[in-house]
Amino acid sequence: MAEVLVVVEHSTGTVKKVTLEMLTLARELGTPAAVVLGGPGTAAALTDKLGEYGAQRVYVAEHSDVDGYLVAPKAAVLASLVRDVQPAAVLLASTQEGKEIAGRLAIKLDNGLLTDAVAVAPDGTATQVVFAGSTIVTSRVTRGLPLVTIRPNSVTPSPAPASPELSTVDVTVDGSAKLATVVQRVAEAKGARPELAEASVVVSGGRGVGSADNFALVEELADLLGGAVGASRAATDSGFYPHQFQVGQTGKTVSPQLYLALGISGAIQHRAGMQTSKVIVAVNKDADAPIFDLTDFGVVGDLFKVVPQAAEEIRKRK
Amino acid sequence: MKIVVLVKQVPDSGVERTLRVDDNTVDRGSAGNVINEMDEYAIEEALRLREAHGGEVTLLTMGPEKAAESIRKALSMGPDGAVHVLDDALPGSCAPATSKVLAAALTTLEPDLVLCGSESTDGRVQVIPHMLAERLGIAALTGARKLTVDADAVTIERQTEEGYEVIRAATPAIVSVWDTINEPRYPSFKGIKAAKKKPVRTLSLADLGIAADEVGTAGATSEVVSHSRRPPRSGGAKITDEGDGGVRLVEFLATEKFV
Ligand SMILES: Cc1cc2nc3c(=O)[nH]c(=O)nc-3n(C[C@H](O)[C@H](O)[C@H](O)COP(=O)(O)OP(=O)(O)OC[C@H]3O[C@@H](n4cnc5c(N)ncnc54)[C@H](O)[C@@H]3O)c2cc1C
Ligand SMILES: Nc1ncnc2c1ncn2[C@@H]1O[C@H](COP(=O)(O)O)[C@@H](O)[C@H]1O
Repeated sequence: MAEVLVVVEHSTGTVKKVTLEMLTLARELGTPAAVVLGGPGTAAALTDKLGEYGAQRVYVAEHSDVDGYLVAPKAAVLASLVRDVQPAAVLLASTQEGKEIAGRLAIKLDNGLLTDAVAVAPDGTATQVVFAGSTIVTSRVTRGLPLVTIRPNSVTPSPAPASPELSTVDVTVDGSAKLATVVQRVAEAKGARPELAEASVVVSGGRGVGSADNFALVEELADLLGGAVGASRAATDSGFYPHQFQVGQTGKTVSPQLYLALGISGAIQHRAGMQTSKVIVAVNKDADAPIFDLTDFGVVGDLFKVVPQAAEEIRKRK
Repeated sequence: MKIVVLVKQVPDSGVERTLRVDDNTVDRGSAGNVINEMDEYAIEEALRLREAHGGEVTLLTMGPEKAAESIRKALSMGPDGAVHVLDDALPGSCAPATSKVLAAALTTLEPDLVLCGSESTDGRVQVIPHMLAERLGIAALTGARKLTVDADAVTIERQTEEGYEVIRAATPAIVSVWDTINEPRYPSFKGIKAAKKKPVRTLSLADLGIAADEVGTAGATSEVVSHSRRPPRSGGAKITDEGDGGVRLVEFLATEKFV
């Protein structure tokens, strides 16, 4: 069976969950092979995990050029790998970087591209949820191989232990891929909460939360549930919470097991980012708020009363 | 400095959007059409650069006849003129084909800087800037929340999962902006009046040296096989807080095994 290349999404020496999802999916399409792109010494910390989820081979493409410039070197390395390996399909994560690499790859290989897929059938047909979650589309690449980006939290990762063979990829990046230099990378303290796009529980606050200080309530509930904190655009625009936590059309798309919306009306653009969550719960004092069209459980009430009581109740049960 | 801003007309994201039943393409006829919101931030940033460094701002759009309305509206914010790529062969174009057309148009315009939105609200693919960069052999700096231009280089700052990054490249370059970069201005009455007289040049595929079968449905590199409405979520329980709302919420979470 031909290999399916899974481009590994990783951060600070750990494999991101979406990679495990892609490896799980890849088994249906061919022989999973992971591709690690990064600076020298990146792969060592990742290979065990990749093997645990079924990677039969790990292609290691390490060079300081790979992460010293914006995405172009990664696309260049991948394009030559694809030409060498002739894989059955190439999967990347539907993150900004994943999509950008895929976009460049599509041009280099004169190949079609599908983004934001939630499933891929053995024949390469992808399923996408579009237009704020209202429409399901199946589509396929008609020129070249299936080149698909996968939305995080679409597949349940399942282990399938393998002992991957390591293949070193020769990295030669010419000047045309080294135009956008990463001058500085600044890490900001992240705290212990899971990453928004990958979290299995997301607790979000909207304008109804009222202030930045009050977001402590949202954070408290998120921490009790082991979840990430999200926010509506009204909340980020009002400065209640940082922009990178915005959920929705111009923010993150999340698809957790549980989405809890506090003081969020449920505008179409907000739904765009959370509509595919498995279980949706909302607290809103307006019984007619559109968010209640989506909820599995809705509480019509004042969040300043309901949320502290819920937090107290969870603590009691622990 | 010559700045070109890419502007796309999209179906209004605030109302229901659909795909057409006959050819599975985005229904651009029935929904209200608006300027892709992110692109307004790109226009605003271009106008600020013009104010600081001089030069001219040209809009570039590929879209149907109706897109002309959006071009006028965008011009009323203050750009100097626009180029509209319009051709009967274009409907149904995939992202690679769109980038081919825009790249050809950019080659004729010879900008120092190309600004665009980070993503369009209909496609949400976020790939056009990098596809253009790949085709034109220039740098793409994406997702800017801050942009500075000096001598022959551009520098952006952008948010990442871990914190933020600073990226720098020589011009010409493409920069896509995020909606945190600025606050787009509202067109003034004067601006609206002036927009009516601003030059809008229409280009056909022939003008760009692109054959009809390289774009549109004929040249598509992917196709929609089928589409359907996602079944609406069945309304779950809704309770009114009578002093025990928090407890009942947790009871529900417990039955779903979240606590
Ligand atoms: C192009 C475009 C893109 C957009 N992208 C996004 C996006 O990515 N994400 C996004 O979220 N929005 C987005 N929006 C904005 C969106 O249309 C809404 O304006 C926004 O989602 C509203 O946020 P909200 O629900 O917090 O605020 P509101 O709509 O003001 O709702 C606040 C809710 O809180 C309730 N409330 C108030 N006080 C309490 C209380 N004490 N207890 C309980 N409930 C209370 C109210 O009843 C109300 O329902 C976008 C808009 C456009 C035009
Ligand atoms: N047909 C088009 N005409 C002009 N600009 C476009 C077009 N399609 C995409 N763009 C630009 O590319 C950006 C990213 O779009 P996308 O890659 O489709 O998400 C948009 O915000 C626009 O600035």
